[in-house]
Parts: sequence; structure tokens; C-alpha cells
Amino acid sequence: MASVGKIARRTFLIGTAAIAGGLAVGAYAYRRPPENPLVARADDGEAVFNPYLTIAPDETITIFVPRAEMGQGVSTTLAALVAEELDVSLEKVVVEHGPASEAYANIAMLEDGLPFPTYDESTMATIARSGVGIAGKFLALHVTGGSSSTVDAFEKMRQAGATAREALKQAAATRWGVQPTELETDAGSVRNPATGETLSYGVLAADAVEAPVSRDIPLRAPENWKLLGKSQPRTDMRAKVTGAPIFGVDVALPDMLHATVRINPHFGGGVLSLDTEAARQMRGVHSIIEIDHRLGRGFAVIADNTWRAFMAADAVVVEWEKPNSTLDDAAVSELLAAAVGTGSRDVMRDDGDTDIIFADHARDRIIEAEYHVPYLAHAAMEPMNATARFADGRLDLWLPNQAPNLIQAVAAAALDIPTADCTVNTTSLGGGFGRRAEPDVAVYAALIARETGGRPVKLIWTREEDIAHDYYRPAATGRLRAALGADGLPEALDVVVAAPPIFSPMASRFYPSISLPGPDKSIVDGAFNQPYAIANYRVAGVKTDIPVPVGIWRSVGNSINGFFHECFMDELAAASGIDPLEYRLKLMAPYPVATALLEKVADMSDWRSEPAEGRARGLAFTLSFGTWVAEVVEIARDDRGIRVENVWCAADPGIVLDPGIFEAQMMSGIVFGLSAALGQEITLSEGRVQQSNFHDFDALRIDRCPAIHVEILQNAPRMGGAGEPSTPPVAAALGNAIFALTGERLRRMPFAHDVTFV
Amino acid sequence: MELTVNGERHSLDIEGDMPLLWVLRDELGIMGPKFGCGIGACGACTVLIDGVPERSCALPVQYVEGAVTTIDGLSGDGVLTAVQEAWIAEQVAQCGYCQAGQIMSATALLASNPAPSDADIDEAMSGNLCRCGTYPRIRAAVKRAASTQSARS
Ligand code: FES
Ligand code: FES
Repeated sequence: MASVGKIARRTFLIGTAAIAGGLAVGAYAYRRPPENPLVARADDGEAVFNPYLTIAPDETITIFVPRAEMGQGVSTTLAALVAEELDVSLEKVVVEHGPASEAYANIAMLEDGLPFPTYDESTMATIARSGVGIAGKFLALHVTGGSSSTVDAFEKMRQAGATAREALKQAAATRWGVQPTELETDAGSVRNPATGETLSYGVLAADAVEAPVSRDIPLRAPENWKLLGKSQPRTDMRAKVTGAPIFGVDVALPDMLHATVRINPHFGGGVLSLDTEAARQMRGVHSIIEIDHRLGRGFAVIADNTWRAFMAADAVVVEWEKPNSTLDDAAVSELLAAAVGTGSRDVMRDDGDTDIIFADHARDRIIEAEYHVPYLAHAAMEPMNATARFADGRLDLWLPNQAPNLIQAVAAAALDIPTADCTVNTTSLGGGFGRRAEPDVAVYAALIARETGGRPVKLIWTREEDIAHDYYRPAATGRLRAALGADGLPEALDVVVAAPPIFSPMASRFYPSISLPGPDKSIVDGAFNQPYAIANYRVAGVKTDIPVPVGIWRSVGNSINGFFHECFMDELAAASGIDPLEYRLKLMAPYPVATALLEKVADMSDWRSEPAEGRARGLAFTLSFGTWVAEVVEIARDDRGIRVENVWCAADPGIVLDPGIFEAQMMSGIVFGLSAALGQEITLSEGRVQQSNFHDFDALRIDRCPAIHVEILQNAPRMGGAGEPSTPPVAAALGNAIFALTGERLRRMPFAHDVTFV
Repeated sequence: MELTVNGERHSLDIEGDMPLLWVLRDELGIMGPKFGCGIGACGACTVLIDGVPERSCALPVQYVEGAVTTIDGLSGDGVLTAVQEAWIAEQVAQCGYCQAGQIMSATALLASNPAPSDADIDEAMSGNLCRCGTYPRIRAAVKRAASTQSARS
């Protein structure tokens, strides 16, 4: 029979032609991760080719994707990289998440890299570059994030498929006594065209993994691609339309308990007193424990049913410590205003001499504005959850997550066991958006599992807990000024953005002793790196410490600066009486990738024709995660309010591997950005968040969703990402449309403060 | 307590105020309906009770009168419904977490209104949140399902 270990992992496969029926996990396989993490799993004759591919004698071809499937389609697009070179169709393969392993995420590099081994500390510039580099590595290499998945995998996973294909041909050639160059591969078989004989991959696999093959097999040219560059049916689609139990909340293990946590909602606070007497008497309650960890303090209820755990948690009488009791929105605004005015600036772009231009410039030709955005929660549809089992000194975790290695290290440390004694199994993610790169939920699950005598326990947060304990998109204030020349274009542009830093606190959540000195790129991302030719162009960030936990939120700093920068560009165009499209075409003239997109989106939206009465359009452009994006938003006004009717999006990721999935990601990012722009806001009072669920932290719903039109260009010289780049420009395009319609310039999100949307 | 789910009868010894969602998920192991908010605000937990869409997270099991259908019981013998087929044809799902609820709401809509207008779709589906923003493809899939259903009948 198939080993129980195999059944356990196959339960959480993320895509397959024939989805398995029920969910019944028999037992567990305890194995230390070897160098190739799949070798030790290869039972019942499965041949392991590399960390991305196994082939079983029964012709089951399994492709392991190294990034988390959270909706962005990596289980299809990354699998297609292997399948393309292997000559198999995607319907014929099974897709799984690769286990936590150095083979997929170079954790050693992070651990070595963070303490800043060698760099010249003699100049600020060097420190700045180092800080940016480290932050970049942290984001791109060690989590599913930074829209980096396809970029990172593009060579590696095609090479994995090509090497396996050549090995299979070699194995067949040996059997037939011919040269491998005489053979062909197609649809999972090797064929000898001279004789018409075929041998299937399953039959050849065991020999093939022993076959010597060259390391540098040329990859197929794009014009010969059969799968890549064309829209593929998603490998996870059938599971997702049949309600298959693929998510973290669906994990079901024998003898499993259920749990929930309540962590002090006052950031950084502890537990003053805890009365569990009544709660412990309630039906189904197993135990109630205090949680005391640097990531959060509170309590957990363990029960035989999730709802009973929720009810018992409500019945616990707890007195919370209330640090930062004066922290509210006014305090945040003051901190940001002070920082943007007089805080220590990290200059991330400094072309020409901005100060000299402003000193000499006519006052009435200087435009100034201040912009602000609030904190935001991720509110992924699947509430935070993790299942843990702690037995015989080993910790097994099952959870939807974006950073298995990092979570493994922190969870193991929480139980004081070696990292190697912890396994992290990644289920499908019911949304991630950056939230699931954090270790907190896994730590709590581990601490709970220590109290259940070896029984597995599934921890599910309430939505209220999820909203109260996010790592929020930071609030930020931007101060922008421009000196307009005689031609109406900016001679100088000066941008200062104050926001809490993201990367240093995030790194210290994984490694408490580490702090990242130097600038935080996220504060100015989307402002300092835009393709505008302005001779005197300065962009600075001010790190502003505010005791609210912040983290990476879809498109990170670009979500802030796309709004600031692009609405301000619109202000400058308006002040100069120049059409915003023509204004950008002039400023971006040296960047033909950008101007082609502007022309494209102008065509799509019929920009150069006057909108009908009561309608208006707004334009914005952001280059982020290597993908260049121009968007136009069209709104219409009736007697009830303003309706967002259309969004046109022209995007250039250089190479697009799957146009259908790329289009879906552009739509997704636009809806995500519109949700924030229209109405989302996390507010603070007495050092805690005031929102609690979707009634007061809602998102765009279908009745307000505009028609979204996406076109893809492929002129950019390098490949860019898909998951995030459409988010940053959309709020700005909407703000600019509102200005065009009403003459009112909105400089504060969400716009629902000033506009009624219908 | 007796409960019929996807054609199967169950006898349960549970509190009457336990929401149907947790009876399904934690007592019966029926994992199709998802937990998203617990207050009837997101639609992830949508099931049909005698064909009517209900938010199972906010419905105490003692008030369930009638047969419960979850997404797990939608397609008998692996044959997908027109709605599920349309969801595949339009490649709707991203993370997929909301989609069980979306499909149940769409199923109920088309059962009562075989040719819904855009406004009908918006109204029937606006209780189902999707953080991945699959709404444009949901609209297309509902229309596709409507036309295949009418072609079949
Ligand atoms: S979980 Fe029931 S409506 Fe959200
Ligand atoms: S597909 Fe992810 S929430 Fe809808």
C-alpha cells in the first residue's frame, strides 16, 4: 500500500486532474529534511529527479512548486515551467507545495546576510545601499512576496523539466540501443520515430534518475513554447469549484482538538488577570492556557469544537494591560506630521540640485501638497489558522503560509526544540496578501499543542481577532512640492514621505536580536523609482516610530506612494493646464516602455475624446515589482453619488507566462486597491484597533465592482511580477477622476470621507 | 437532533444554538462551507436550505427546517453542475476560499431566476465577499451558466 506519509502529504496537494475525495489523514511521517527535500519522501518507487519533480511507476507526475498558492496561480504557472520542457500537459500532472526546505528558499543566505557582514560604513550612501539590498533580499527570496515567484522560477524550473526530459530520453536510448538525440518526447512518453516504439515516463523514471545528463541543456525558445505564453486552465480550479478541503481551516487529523486565541488587543500589552472558572465548565472545553510570547500575550481555549472554543473564550474574564493608552488617530497624524516636517531624512533619490531650484524659483510657480493614508488590514478571506501536533519532541505544523522556513524557525524556538525537529506543511491559502508571511499564528498553535498530550490541535482565529491583530499596512504622510518651469513641467520635484518602517520590525519578529539599520525602502517605494525625467528630483523617507505592528500588504510602500506621486503629478498637470496624459508623455519620453503603455491605455479608454456629461476619467502610472502599469478609471455621477464604472489597465511585465492568469491578477490587484481607496480604514483609539469584522472593515463587493479591461504589452527588457503591480496606480487614477469630475482634490484616503459611492 | 445534509440523515447530540456552519464542519466533517466572519457578512459559509441560500455561520442549528445542501453535495457522482462548469470555463477562482459560497449563491439565483440581469446578479451576489476580486469573472460565469442551463432545458 501507499505509505501513510504519502497519504498525509497528498491530502494537501493543491491541484490535480482528479481531486481526491475525502480528507482522512492516517498518520505522520517524521523525517529530517535532506538536501533534496523530496528524496526522503520518495516511497513506493517514486523517482525523484530534482526538488521540483517526481515520477511514479503508475505515471503519476508530481510537480512541486516552491511558492505558496494564494490565488495568484503559481500552482499553474510554475508547474507549466517544468511541464513545458518535460513535454507533459498540465492536466496530467499533480501539483504540490514543496516542503519547507533550503532547496526552495535560501534561508542560509538570510541568516548570514542579516548581521551585515561586510560593507563600507564610511559613507551614508553605502549604508543606504546595504539597507535596501538586505530588505530586498528578505522580501524577494524568503517569502512568497514581492511579486517575485515567476521571475525567480523562470530559469530554475524550466531547467528542472529539461534535465528530467533528457534523462528520460537517455534511459530509453539505453534500452533501445540508440542515441538519445534520435528520440522525441511527447505527452509523457519517449518515442523512437524510426521504429514508432514508445516508453512512458513512469516506466523509464527509475532508470532515468540514474542516467548521466549534461547540466547545461539549452532551454526552448519562446517561439517553440506549447504551454508558456498561453492561458492554461488552472490546476487548482476543479478543487476550488467543488469545495475540496484544501485550505488550512480544512485540516482534519485523527483525535484532533480545536482551539482559538484571544490576544491582548492593546498593542504590546500583557494579561493583568484571568478568570477561567466559568469557561472551563462549559461543554467540550479541554483546557484554557495563558499565552505569553514576545509576539503576543493573552490566552487560548482548547475544546472539541471550534464554536465551543469561541463561546468559552467569550466567557473568560480577562483584564488587559493597556500600554500606549493615548495612542489614537490624532496622535498618529501628529507623529507623522512632525516626522515629515523635521524628521531625519533618508534620501533615496537625489538628481540635480533640488534646493537651489526652489531657492530661486518664483513663489507662484511652486506647488505644494500634503497627502495621507491610513492603516489597513489584510483581511484575507480565510481567517488566520494553523494546526499543530507536538509529540516525541517533534512539532508538525499545517498552515496556509508564505514563509515556511522562517515560520519553522520561530515556531521551533517557541518550544525550544531544534529547527530540524519542526516540519511545516503548506496548505492552500485562502488569500495571503503579505499577512501569511508572519509567524504569530504558528507560534500560538505550537504553544497550544504543547498542552494537549500529543493530540493535534487546530487553531482558528475569529475574524475579530484577525482584524485586531494584523500587521497593518502603515499609515503615512507625504509632503510634495514642485517648481514648475515655463513649459509647465516640473524643473524640480521634492518628495518627503513619513511612515513607520516595515522591514526592520518584520525581521526582528523572526530574529529578535536583529535590527536592520539604514533606510527602509518601503517608505519611498513607488516614489523614488519612477520613470519620470525630471532634472532635479529628490525623494526622501522618514522612519517614524509608532507602536502599531506593521507588515507587508499587497504592493507594500507602492500602495502609498502610487497614490501620493500620481495624484501630485495630476495636480501639476492641472496647474499647468496640460492634459494629464500629454503631461506624462512628455515627462516619460526617455522611457518608451512607459509611453507605449500610456498610448495603449489612452486608446483603450478613448482618453482623447471628451467624456459624456456627468462622467470623468483619471489616469495614473506606477512601475512596481518590475512591471510597468498605466491605468485609467472612469466614474459617473448620478443623484445618489459617484459610481466607478470602468478601469482600463495596460501592463507590461516584459514576458507574460500565462495571459489569463496575469489578467486575473491585474483585476485582482485593482479590486484590492479600489477596496482601500473607496472605504477601508483601520482607526485607533486607546492603543487598539477600533474595527472588528466586515461590517466595519468591508471591501469592494460585486455591486460596486467596475468593468475591468486589461491589455498586456511585452516591451519591457526584464520580466516583472503579476501579483501586486496593478494595485498602486488605481487609487490615484480614481482620485484624479474625482478631481476631473468635481474639481475637488482628495489627498486623504479613503475617499468615502469626502464622496458618496454608489 | 436530526439533520439532513446532502441527502444524508444525521442524528446529533449538540447544543441547539450551535451555528449550522460548525455542526457541518466540526461535527460532520463537511468542509465545503467556509468560515469567513461568523456574523453573516461575507457569504463564505453559504448553504442551501430547501434551495434557499442561508448564511450557516449565523443560523443556530435548532432553527434549520428542511434539507441542507452544501457545495460538497452539489455534484452527484463527480458530474459538475452548470454553475460549476461555468466557473471552470471562466477560470473564476483565485485563492478559492470564497468560491464555495459564491457558487451556492449563484446556484440559488439561477434556480429562481434563470435569466438574471446584471442588476439581478449584483443584488443576489453582493452578500458574497471576494478579497481576490474575482467579480468580473463571476459575472461572466453566472451569465454563462444561465445560457447553458437554458440551452439544456
Ligand atoms: S462566515 Fe458566514 S457570512 Fe461570513
Ligand atoms: S477567490 Fe479568493 S476570496 Fe474569492
